[in-house]
Amino acid sequence: MRESMEFDVVIVGAGVAGLSAACRLMQQAQEAEQELTVCVVEKGSEVGAHILSGAVIESRAMDELFPDWKEMGAPLNMLVTSDELYLLKSDTAAKKLPNALIPKTMHNTGQDLNNYVVSLGNVCRWLAEQAEGLGVEIFPGFAAAEILFNDDGSVKGIATGDMGITAAGEQGPNYMQGMELHAKYTLFAEGCRGHLGKQLIEQFKLDNEADAQHYGIGLKELWDIDPAKHKPGLVVHGSGWPLEGDTTGGFFLYHLENNQAVVGLIVDLNYTNPWLSPFDEFQRLKHHPVLAEHLEGGKRVAYGARAITKGGFNALPKMTFPGGLLIGCNAGTLNFSKIKGTHTAMKSGMLAAEAVFEAIAAGNEGGSELSSFTDKFEASWAYDELFRSRNFGPAMHKFGPILGGAFNFIDQNLFGGKLPITLHDDKPDYAQLKPADQCKQIDYPKPDGKLSFDKLSSVFISNTNHEEDQPCHLKLKNPDIPLQQNLPTFAEPAQRYCPAGVYEIVEEASGPRFQINAQNCVHCKTCDIKDPAQNITWAVPEGAGGPNYPNM
Amino acid sequence: MKVLVSVKRVIDYNVKVRVKADNTDVDLANVKMALNPFCEIAVEEAIRLKEAGIASEVVVASIGPKAVQEQLRTALALGADRAIQIECDDLPEPLNVAKLLARVVEAEQPGLTILGKQSIDVDNNQTGQMLAALTGRPQGTFASEVKVEGEKAMVTREVDCGLKTVELVLPAIVTTDLRLNEPRYAKLPDIMKAKRKPLEVKTPADLSVELKQHSRLLKVETPASRQAGIKVDSVDALVDKLKNEAKVI
Repeated sequence: MRESMEFDVVIVGAGVAGLSAACRLMQQAQEAEQELTVCVVEKGSEVGAHILSGAVIESRAMDELFPDWKEMGAPLNMLVTSDELYLLKSDTAAKKLPNALIPKTMHNTGQDLNNYVVSLGNVCRWLAEQAEGLGVEIFPGFAAAEILFNDDGSVKGIATGDMGITAAGEQGPNYMQGMELHAKYTLFAEGCRGHLGKQLIEQFKLDNEADAQHYGIGLKELWDIDPAKHKPGLVVHGSGWPLEGDTTGGFFLYHLENNQAVVGLIVDLNYTNPWLSPFDEFQRLKHHPVLAEHLEGGKRVAYGARAITKGGFNALPKMTFPGGLLIGCNAGTLNFSKIKGTHTAMKSGMLAAEAVFEAIAAGNEGGSELSSFTDKFEASWAYDELFRSRNFGPAMHKFGPILGGAFNFIDQNLFGGKLPITLHDDKPDYAQLKPADQCKQIDYPKPDGKLSFDKLSSVFISNTNHEEDQPCHLKLKNPDIPLQQNLPTFAEPAQRYCPAGVYEIVEEASGPRFQINAQNCVHCKTCDIKDPAQNITWAVPEGAGGPNYPNM
Repeated sequence: MKVLVSVKRVIDYNVKVRVKADNTDVDLANVKMALNPFCEIAVEEAIRLKEAGIASEVVVASIGPKAVQEQLRTALALGADRAIQIECDDLPEPLNVAKLLARVVEAEQPGLTILGKQSIDVDNNQTGQMLAALTGRPQGTFASEVKVEGEKAMVTREVDCGLKTVELVLPAIVTTDLRLNEPRYAKLPDIMKAKRKPLEVKTPADLSVELKQHSRLLKVETPASRQAGIKVDSVDALVDKLKNEAKVI
């Protein structure tokens, strides 16, 4: 029998959605002078260790959660001062787009816009301090490994993973059994493609009425740049080269404080060419003059990658089920037309907190499906802006970046997102790959060690570590698929879509062998999303494993 | 018998250390900090002595700013009974640490004081030895096994030529090596309980110790990066390069 602990609310994941929910729950409990026990489990070694985001954030949700966040010292220090958008035409040419031609949602400066360049990791660390100050128990280093159910099928809570299991699956010398955390309500805030969220969506058929979800992979680096080139608050976005044909995506480059800048590339995971390597696209992108002029003379500090849920409104699953809710990017509340998800993730967490607290305060014993959340969500600005942006992603997928962009300009700027049509895009990302022999192989340039780097030296500065002696957390449903199907048909794309070099085809005298270097895994979840056979399941490794991102 | 353990907050061993752009020190901004692994082993050993009925109380002490309370709470969650923080803005050098700890030893009178052999940030490997000298207690450093029998402790030390066992008369000082034990994981309920365990904050002045600076950090540099190797096509070419380019033969 596992030990168990009882809480009013258990939250899985100390990201912005989970922590906003935790804070909002406690604020209400204090206002009502009611006792409430809230616990947050986080698989990273500390809060922020697994947080990776651009990030330019809109302060709207923060303004509501902590109206005096500025005085309280929230790390939203860098207001966006200028905003540039480029279309890269080749490895050297670029066209800077005039503001008037850019869909309104993508503007970061101007009247009434309060956008900040932040490290989302540091925002989470700050939110965690506030939550702990309000009385929330936060447990970093504890991964929620399984969902627990009541006899009536409602969610009862979660169990943390066992620690100290050896690679052979036996109990090692420092074995510690996982614990059951029971709650009246459990909020799942694992971020994009949460492994428990995925099970909940399936179990409760939450996506029955939604389009297929769509994803991107975001790769990001943090740089110390030449102080002479530092323009605090400058935000640069763009698309085009090096992504070709039907591969879409876009890059970002933001100037933070302290002579630091972040640079990143998002590649939509509906790409069709199995030879594509998002990592290598990112590395060569940095040589384009538009980006290189900021980075030359600088030094790379950190690297990481994370998948992004970007299907938006049409792909948003039902967020409630008996005994809990799915919030933030675990559901998919990101507004892709703004390239922002923090404010909507926070808002979904705050609304979930309100629905849960109202139920508990009214004497509800837990396990119910809180449809009051759905009413609150549908009445909120978060829902309104997701609705207005519902065509943005599908238009890009359907019409490509140029015509899709034109559609979005008309839809967003002339009709405010209220064109009376809804575009759908129902083909899941994993089903998009074409056979390798029908696609162009891509010859990526060698990294120069100054602006571009190889995969292993990149993973090295993600500070990733997993206890070596533990079972592999990347589970293959059928171990033969990589060599028997994926290799001959798609030249095993996992070797290339994985940004951390986890998957390798090793050529041996006896033939090729599929190798999983699980200790490299940066927890981005791309393999779980893009494997054409949907054969890879990302499960949580031992708690505290994974990257140790600084201010990412 | 009371056991005193001193612990240090250091940069996490998973983090790749970076030097500040102005070469004044290692960059600790936004970097994950953790309990020094050798100190964690020291805490584990003390808890095992308590579980074996040999130790009656485990006290942990740390020196540094308020942030070190995080590491003290970790030690409390692992099983220590109470904690003492000696508040300093910076992390003082080993002699100052040893002087502060000597005062704690004087006040607490532990039968055994266990420290990590060194901290993984500055690798000084001095504090335990200095503490032994200042308190006049016998020392067993680099311990890979500690057996307490009555008024004595048998300490197996990892030395260059192999293993060396010393017999110490208690009270004594022990510093831990890597193979002494494998620390446990903290349990969730224990982490919650640790928040309510006593943690006393003292200043160097409370202990009548004046901190003195004996050394100054001049510069920190990253090691020169290694040049890429080349392949030679024959033994002759290799000999030629060794002779004329590398000039080693």
